Amino acid sequence: MTLTSDNKQTNTENQITATIDGIQVQVPKGTLIIRAAERMGTFVPRFCDHPSLAPVAACRMCLVEIEGMPKPQPSCAIPLTEGMVVKTQMTSEVAEKAQAGVMEFLLINHPLDCPVCDKGGECPLQNQAMTAGRAESRFDIEKRTFPKPIELSTEILLDRERCVECARCTRFSEEIAGDPFIELLERGAKQQVGIATDEPFNSYFSGNTVQICPVGALTSSSYRFRSRPFDLVSVPTTCEHCASGCSLRTDYRRETVMRRLAWEDPAVNEDWNCDKGRFAFSYLKTNRLTQPKVRTKDGNQVDALWPDAIDFAAKGLKDAKGKVGVLLGGRLTLEDAYAYSKFARLALETNDIDFRNRVNSAEEQDFLGSVVAGSAGTVTYADLEKAQNVLLVNFEPEEESPIVFLRLRKAAEKGQINIIAIAPYLSRGLEKINAEVVATKPGDEAKVLRGLEIAQDSIILVGERAAATEGTLSAVIEVAEKTNSKLSWIPRRAGERGAVEVGALPNLLPGARPVTESSARSEVGAIWGVNGSDIPSKPGRNHAEIIQAAINGELKALVIAGLDVLDAPDPQALGLAINSVDFVITLGIQENSLTRYANVSLPVAPVTEKSGTFINWEGRPRPFGRAITSTNALTDARVLAMIAESLGLDFGLQTIEELRQELSSFGSWNGNKLVKPTVTAKDSAKTSVGNAILSTWNLLLDDGALQKGEEHLAGTQRPVVAHMSEKTATDNKLENEEKVIISNSRGSITIKLEIIEMVNDVVWIPSNNHDSKVKSKLGAKEGDVVTIKKGSF
Amino acid sequence: MQNKMALTPVLTAHWDDPKSFEIETYKKHGGYVALKNSLKMTPDEVIGIVKDSGLRGRGGAGFPTGMKWSFVPQNDGKPHYLVVNADESEPGACKDIPLMLANPHSLVEGIAIASYAIRANHAFIYIRGEVPHVIRRVMNAVEQAYAEGLLGKNIQGSGFNLEVVVHAGAGAYICGEETALLDSLEGRRGQPRLKPPFPAVAGLYASPTVVNNAETLASVPSIILNGADWFKSMGTEKSPGFKLFAVSGHVNRPGIFEAALGTTMSELLDYAGGMRKGSKLKFWIPGGSSVPMLTPDHIDIPMTYEDLAAAGTMLGTGTPMMFDHTTSVVKAVTRWLEFYKHESCGKCTPCREGTYWITGVLEKFEHGKGKEEELEVINDVCGQIAGRSFCALGDAAATPFPGAMKYFADEFREATRTSADASFPPSATTIFDKAGV
Repeated sequence: MTLTSDNKQTNTENQITATIDGIQVQVPKGTLIIRAAERMGTFVPRFCDHPSLAPVAACRMCLVEIEGMPKPQPSCAIPLTEGMVVKTQMTSEVAEKAQAGVMEFLLINHPLDCPVCDKGGECPLQNQAMTAGRAESRFDIEKRTFPKPIELSTEILLDRERCVECARCTRFSEEIAGDPFIELLERGAKQQVGIATDEPFNSYFSGNTVQICPVGALTSSSYRFRSRPFDLVSVPTTCEHCASGCSLRTDYRRETVMRRLAWEDPAVNEDWNCDKGRFAFSYLKTNRLTQPKVRTKDGNQVDALWPDAIDFAAKGLKDAKGKVGVLLGGRLTLEDAYAYSKFARLALETNDIDFRNRVNSAEEQDFLGSVVAGSAGTVTYADLEKAQNVLLVNFEPEEESPIVFLRLRKAAEKGQINIIAIAPYLSRGLEKINAEVVATKPGDEAKVLRGLEIAQDSIILVGERAAATEGTLSAVIEVAEKTNSKLSWIPRRAGERGAVEVGALPNLLPGARPVTESSARSEVGAIWGVNGSDIPSKPGRNHAEIIQAAINGELKALVIAGLDVLDAPDPQALGLAINSVDFVITLGIQENSLTRYANVSLPVAPVTEKSGTFINWEGRPRPFGRAITSTNALTDARVLAMIAESLGLDFGLQTIEELRQELSSFGSWNGNKLVKPTVTAKDSAKTSVGNAILSTWNLLLDDGALQKGEEHLAGTQRPVVAHMSEKTATDNKLENEEKVIISNSRGSITIKLEIIEMVNDVVWIPSNNHDSKVKSKLGAKEGDVVTIKKGSF
Repeated sequence: MQNKMALTPVLTAHWDDPKSFEIETYKKHGGYVALKNSLKMTPDEVIGIVKDSGLRGRGGAGFPTGMKWSFVPQNDGKPHYLVVNADESEPGACKDIPLMLANPHSLVEGIAIASYAIRANHAFIYIRGEVPHVIRRVMNAVEQAYAEGLLGKNIQGSGFNLEVVVHAGAGAYICGEETALLDSLEGRRGQPRLKPPFPAVAGLYASPTVVNNAETLASVPSIILNGADWFKSMGTEKSPGFKLFAVSGHVNRPGIFEAALGTTMSELLDYAGGMRKGSKLKFWIPGGSSVPMLTPDHIDIPMTYEDLAAAGTMLGTGTPMMFDHTTSVVKAVTRWLEFYKHESCGKCTPCREGTYWITGVLEKFEHGKGKEEELEVINDVCGQIAGRSFCALGDAAATPFPGAMKYFADEFREATRTSADASFPPSATTIFDKAGV
């Protein structure tokens, strides 16, 4: 049960004084009685009450006595007022009796299946029955029964017999998520949570209803009957999926993660998280690498001992020195990304490092170095909540950063926020935050931005997809400066914001320091125990350039960490690069097509088996501790330190403490930052009948590597369809609900068409769902021209 | 019975006219003059007269009507709404529906006057869905009033506009609760709303709203026409005016008797032709099943809000149900509880679960299978509902049993051995089959 802990009592004008159980309390005006009682340590039992939902006073469990009122009153719905005298169950027989009466009512129809119920052991009904219930039931007629469970979605199951009709789930779905798929139906004792036929509970936030259900009425398919709460060990962690930075609670039993819950954090995720963060952790036990492998002279990969594998890796890198590129994924912890940044410069003597295993550009790395690095706290969740004007550029909050979506929705529900989105169409997510869409063809973003009336002092949120179209990020900077707006970049992956800070980019050193600035190199060198001149001064190659150089033979070796070839902007090119170099080291948690190609494959620890920090989109550090301690998994940083040692370097970073100490010594950079990009935008590509401009983004739930093995979750993916305007479809003789083939010289995707209101001459498809795999099948990106034609069955 | 209080036909004055429901008939007897007079006054003057008259709500709670109107904030820039609660569904209550059937224009005129007073340009009549013939009649009356310029734009050249919508409910008792009615009217599932905010501040579509019972509004034109003093000349100080009393049950001439408040039950029973032949009054309820029952000992209590409250019951809807000696109290209470169980909206725990529980136990008693100690349990359960439920439906459901136990505890004890049908043969009690009497 969530307790509020707002203890700031500064403004006495807004304070009121009242009496609860004979004790004088001072609380801010508007504080509900139930919360005021909590603050003085008295827990008034409750079911329907939830601090993040509007009061309904339906369950009647929290009745208390208020002087001057003839009947007991629901403390969850009545604010404490000046001079009010309240008696809770601690001092009032009336309140105690009223609560006992409600508890007795709640139990008459409740099944006695606690021993097999998921909630048993952590159940508010069970707990409160112990304090407010009677030992023996006086009810001896037939209990109400329902068939059970009902599948609300592939992930969420409903047991109507256990339900106490508190409506937390339905209120959450409507008030918070904006997905009112479930609703109370029928009346009286037949009242029940229900769902429409053929409209499953496919909300990205559905798992929260399981967590806030005060009984075992809602359970998840993936956890149901799997374990007992009292067998679980709980550890606070941070979600590794997106850049929202949710606090989580990871529950494990016998070294296996059994479930994850949202952990209350008022500044970030409040009481919620998304279903991906909650349910997608099966990857931890799928295809795990546990043993280093080296490729022998005969070409076979064999298991190796750690010291041998490290020496082998070190030798390979030594042979290729100065001709090694470092390709990273976007989910490394701050600490690990820092280790790669340092390793590239000191051990490999190169700036050829890039974490952007996705659509990216040279313009973007200048943007990241000049605008994003060192800008922590420019925009926060709290800022979004009280914002007046927000502009979204190439950013779908619900798909790409769901907690940002929830906060924008909270602001939208209050009604004071005006959200404008530059997007090809009004998505369901944008609709739920009352956004106004400026229908834009990919490639026209810069032009549209410059022509748009944007309010002064707005907040501009730009997504990572802005890198796909030339000139967009330059235009965003220009517009932000012109309107004195705050600009924030929201990547999709948890590690990207941290990777910017530690300089895992070809033009950047840790702490927003440009590699080209000699004083920057000196400052960094001082911390690293080397001369500034020992750090390469020439900007290195970025992701695409590293791959090109490898293919051209300019690079001899690649260090690849934490990435999947299928996520690469051009998987084919990456494959070619790997084949072209002499030596490949991979570091990762799972075996995949890359690790199988490696000369040395080194297993590293997943988030559950190490400590670390993610920096969320706000720039807020989200440190977490090690949940599972019994394995001998090593962090990337530790492995790099061992290789460096083998190379004869004094690398440091042997422990996380040492690493964090070193990171904290960087301080802020006062010198010249990177120059902001001023790239001229081109117009969107020309199209004619038979082709269209591609628009695409990753849906929150897709076929990503970290969602593997979780079929219940996968069942709640959005339908896989292509979108097109009526006109575009008609021009190309395509019909709604029919198949359309989207192709280019690389390959094709066949997908069902759903005509919607959107910008003309554009076709939108999801990036990575089922057959719609844009990167591996088309190698294309947003703004590219693709061929469209009618598909056959 | 001597010096019997006279009937005071106002609303019912012309029900015997073959076309009592037509606008011509209504106008012939002075209809719509009150509206025209009102439009010449200021809205506050109209509220003043209604306040002075002391008219109290006829839906059951008896809240002073003029005061309710004056709660609507003025010059708040929001639209105001008048909503007519014509969802008459209380077991035993049958007065709004005949009123709307026989004299719908008194309601329409009352709506126009009330809307003018509270500065509403939109009024809704929420009629229970099971009475389509009444809905048709009210719609017809509204249409006639529009046709004569008594509703619509610029009524009678006054500049006052009023649109009236007739809305059919879908047959849920809870929608007679004013906030549930508003939710239902807005297209939602009918469940009571959390108060505050009260409807006068944020009612229909979150705007200031007055919800009045149909009979209450129908009484307004006569007050405007004849003055507050005329109205107060009838009834008592705290319960002024006339009222429709709908007497039903084991009486010879069930029907609606319009009389001054303060008329006694024995007088009303007299008008209803007394108890049916050979039968003796056993118990009665003054105004719907939601008010506690009384016995023949209480038959001379004046039918007023205050006198009935003093006797431990309420005037309620003012629709007495009379039960004779052939009636099983156990069975009557069980039927009422089954009603409340069926109609409980399910929102709050005490009402939802409590009615389920009580009904289940009472059904055992009805079949002679109750256990004596269970009477204490039902009593406790009623105590756990009363004053703890979300709205008055729960309180109402907790009323019949303790009321019955007060006077007929022995009959419940007998029901631990003998079924209700054995003690009170149904053939004797039915009012359609005279064989038993």
